[in-house]
Amino acid sequence: MSRRYDSRTTIFSPEGRLYQVEYAMEAIGNAGTAIGILSKDGVVLVGEKKVTSKLLQTSTSTEKMYKIDDHVACAVAGIMSDANILINTARVQAQRYTFAYQEPMPVEQLVQSLCDTKQGYTQFGGLRPFGVSFLFAGWDKNYGFQLYMSDPSGNYGGWKAAAIGANNQAAQSMLKQDYKDEITREEAVQLALKVLSKTMDSTSLTSDKLELAEVFVLPSGKVKYQVCSPDALSKLLVKSGVTQPAAEAS
Amino acid sequence: MESIFGLVGDGFAVVAADTSAVHSILVHKSNEDKIMVLDSHKLVAASGEPGDRVQFTEYIQKNVALYQFRNGIPLTTAAAANFTRGELATALRKNPYMVNILMAGFDKEAGASLYYIDYIASLHKVEKGAFGYGSYFALSLMDRHYHSGMSVEEAIDLVDKCIIEIRSRLVVAPPNFVIKIVDKDGAREYAWRESIRDASVAAA
Repeated sequence: MSRRYDSRTTIFSPEGRLYQVEYAMEAIGNAGTAIGILSKDGVVLVGEKKVTSKLLQTSTSTEKMYKIDDHVACAVAGIMSDANILINTARVQAQRYTFAYQEPMPVEQLVQSLCDTKQGYTQFGGLRPFGVSFLFAGWDKNYGFQLYMSDPSGNYGGWKAAAIGANNQAAQSMLKQDYKDEITREEAVQLALKVLSKTMDSTSLTSDKLELAEVFVLPSGKVKYQVCSPDALSKLLVKSGVTQPAAEAS
Repeated sequence: MESIFGLVGDGFAVVAADTSAVHSILVHKSNEDKIMVLDSHKLVAASGEPGDRVQFTEYIQKNVALYQFRNGIPLTTAAAANFTRGELATALRKNPYMVNILMAGFDKEAGASLYYIDYIASLHKVEKGAFGYGSYFALSLMDRHYHSGMSVEEAIDLVDKCIIEIRSRLVVAPPNFVIKIVDKDGAREYAWRESIRDASVAAA
């Protein structure tokens, strides 16, 4: 039955579903996990690196974290080539806004503009929707720190803690259990690492399979996007008890 | 001839404008309000070609309102001023608007502010500013008497000084003025300074 409808991105099936959109969400379920946690003094993003070949020469230190503007960053799960397109439009939107108003773009507006693009592919067509979910972490002067999650249908929402990618449901329920309001950024990092270590398929968590980025405000009032170095990440992993220091020595 | 001017005081900004609608050598109207209440906490005083003035300030007002409906948060005065400048700049090389603008506003973060925007799309944040023939008197009087942190009474006193000087020294002086103010409680009309009124004609 579904065969007749699932090749169309913009046509409802008799049960009222858009198959291509659902398949896109399915595709994201196979991508590396990313977790975002909102804390009172910043937003934390952690991601699981899937490509970890020694031979791979990467141009950036991160595989799935991208800085969109000085005050917004995102983590990606899904098809990276699709994500690159969307990230580019997000960056253009952010700069257009600053050009028009000489002020940083409010985070939700940025998320909304990107989700409008995604939504367009579920209604006006094209060949397929974007197979990407995002976690946006940002700060603006109206609403402070914010975390948003978006999916291929163009839906988005603000979250205190959210997970996308492989095992996102397991991660989400762990976050729901362990998240406390008034959590500090340091505690948020610990929690994110703990959740990721339990939901990742690989047995031991090492810094080369992980990436960690934070958005916070410096004492000067400037918003800072900081990516954790592999060395610092190794130390953090030991500190949070996710990996044993002995394993590192051997 | 046209006179608009404004200044920033302690926690408020005040703008004044003449209210004459002039065409050629004739005065058609002496109660034309040239200061628009842009939104709850912004004022736009404009001078220039009358049609352009109305069209452009309304265009800005509606865009600022649209922004607020779409995003649930108001534009700051700085953002609105920069947006206005951008619109003037894009129009400048196509079909320019002949308008000069003083934009006053109050924001929680930045407090009261005044922006000077002219028809060739330059933007300045100022403490005091003026456009039109009246600016020759308003600017020099404000240079002499303005100081930072003025109270409302002091500021209105200075505005009155400017109005009196324009009325007494300018050949083509406008008779009436409107004064508006913006502070933490919002933008509103403060007073009119009228020396003539449209004469009412007894029913024939």
